[in-house]
Amino acid sequence: MNAFVKPGPWTRGADVDPGLLLRVQERSANPLLAIVDVSVSFDGFKALTDLTMVLDDGELRCVIGPNGAGKTTLMDVITGKTLPDRGCVFFLDEKRDLIRSAEHEIAQRGIGRKFQRPTVFSNHTVRENLDLALKCDKGLVHSLFGRQTALERARIGEILETIGLQDCEQVEAGTLSHGQKQWLEIGMLLAQDPKVLLVDEPVAGMTHQEVERTAELLRSLAGRHTVVVVEHDMDFVRSIAQDTVTVLHEGKILAEGSLDAVKSDPRVIEVYLGE
Amino acid sequence: MGNLRRLHSPKGWLLLAGAATVFLGLVPLLNAVLPASSPLHASSYFLLLLGKFACYAMVALAVDLVWGYTGILSLGHGVFFALGGYAIGMNLMLEIGDRGVYRSALPDFMVFLDWKELPWFWHGFDSFGFALAMAIVVPGVLAWVFGYLAFRSRIRGVYFSIITQALSYALMLLFFRNETGLGGNNGLTDFKAIYGYPLQAESTKLALYVLSFAALFATYLACRFVVKSKLGAVLRAVRDVEGKARFTGYDTLKFKLFAWVMSAAICGLAGALYVPQVGIINPSELQPANSIEMVIWVAVGGRGTLGGAALGAFIINGAKSWFTVWAPEVWLFFLGGLFVAVTLFLPNGLVSIGERLRLRVKGKAP
Repeated sequence: MNAFVKPGPWTRGADVDPGLLLRVQERSANPLLAIVDVSVSFDGFKALTDLTMVLDDGELRCVIGPNGAGKTTLMDVITGKTLPDRGCVFFLDEKRDLIRSAEHEIAQRGIGRKFQRPTVFSNHTVRENLDLALKCDKGLVHSLFGRQTALERARIGEILETIGLQDCEQVEAGTLSHGQKQWLEIGMLLAQDPKVLLVDEPVAGMTHQEVERTAELLRSLAGRHTVVVVEHDMDFVRSIAQDTVTVLHEGKILAEGSLDAVKSDPRVIEVYLGE
Repeated sequence: MGNLRRLHSPKGWLLLAGAATVFLGLVPLLNAVLPASSPLHASSYFLLLLGKFACYAMVALAVDLVWGYTGILSLGHGVFFALGGYAIGMNLMLEIGDRGVYRSALPDFMVFLDWKELPWFWHGFDSFGFALAMAIVVPGVLAWVFGYLAFRSRIRGVYFSIITQALSYALMLLFFRNETGLGGNNGLTDFKAIYGYPLQAESTKLALYVLSFAALFATYLACRFVVKSKLGAVLRAVRDVEGKARFTGYDTLKFKLFAWVMSAAICGLAGALYVPQVGIINPSELQPANSIEMVIWVAVGGRGTLGGAALGAFIINGAKSWFTVWAPEVWLFFLGGLFVAVTLFLPNGLVSIGERLRLRVKGKAP
């Protein structure tokens, strides 16, 4: 497991090379986050190879691919959990490499992540979970002496309603059902108000109804946030894909484009859809 | 005041006020006002016992803060306690002046070792204020350095516990050496006075007792303030899922260090109050077993409850005092048995008894 832990010391991130910037701007008119030439290997196994991906501001991107394609590794690199061998990740407005920053700093700079298994703080109440996630000064002093403003309280109330948990805000999160936990985690992401929302298999283990509500929510989030949904459930992807779909295979991008274009790509059919 | 109101329910405040009345009001009164012949007289021995327990309870609060709330199991808190004790002990040694056996301005053990002057690190300790500050600062700084290195390398769980245990053992060996300049295996003892007040005087003993309990209550409120704040919620988040806390935007290293250093500083203060009362500090305080016992107080009392941890310190040390008088050979068996029984039947500690009984009455017991 140690190989996955990013070693310190962390830096504020080097400025991005202007050449890279140009390359990114050529690819997209309205880019927000760029992942450029990222390679990751674990003990010789290449999890990602020279992967380049540009996310547009406000888009809903679906990343699909069979198991082992490198979807989760990609998320790990973006959120700072895994240090890649090469490559860089940066926000276009910052032009500063994220790769060597600590996880908490990356989170504060605007990347939120929802894990595959619902990860909430189970001994905290639903409200406490949201309080913790809420975008605010997350330093020591403010945490010890700061009080929540009325505005922040109202925001939490709003989120509680969005995720349908307004009746159990004082309930310990550990006692929630699986689907409710997934929703709480999405709520925590909303509270964090990130520029980019990474969502790893959001509907795993959800009932049909919950899946529909989740799809609806994710679609409504796009526009205000850039949403990246990693999924291997093709039906779900069909139900939410409205912008670009990226197909990963063996650590590389196999195809990228609209859902229809990707679906009719013979290579994609061969490795993925044809199964 | 709004913040204070959040710390406790009215019932909780009442309970706390009750405890403060008994220990800070009633007991001192029974000691100072009633004649020694009265059956209700609180003897200075009784005061000493309670005063010691109050220091232990402070340690228990400190352990609970890092273990119960932050998930860091330390098997080396005896180190911070002993360092605080040594710091104040150095002041008490210098306070003896030339009233020692050898009639020298140097502490007796230095004369015995044929040293001609104070080692460099003894300078400043003739000031009581400086020594008291060092009793808190030295454990705090050691904890910061040790914690920074360990937490930054993401050493967690049992590995961290083992290192703290090793730290305790290493320091014990260091303090056993005469060359270290802290009295070797005899430690620091034969104190005469503290801040000019003779330690044998009844009034000094009473004052130390009162100070210990005042410090205990202050520590309790400070810890309570921390764990009830959002910072406390972050600490619990770090304990439960540290990775998630990081991805939520918290620099968990800083939060762990805060709890860890605060905990060490509390232990240092407790040690500083403890040593003048018992009259000695020596390397046996650094025995790894002592640190483990501190953890048992918390486990038995109830971890993650503060009040339970403090209660555990009182109960176990009370039992220890009783056993060492009446049946010393049984003590360790009793302690082990109690620990096993609590772990098996009351995983949330003795403070959860009430809750368990209530559930049982309602027929909801597991």
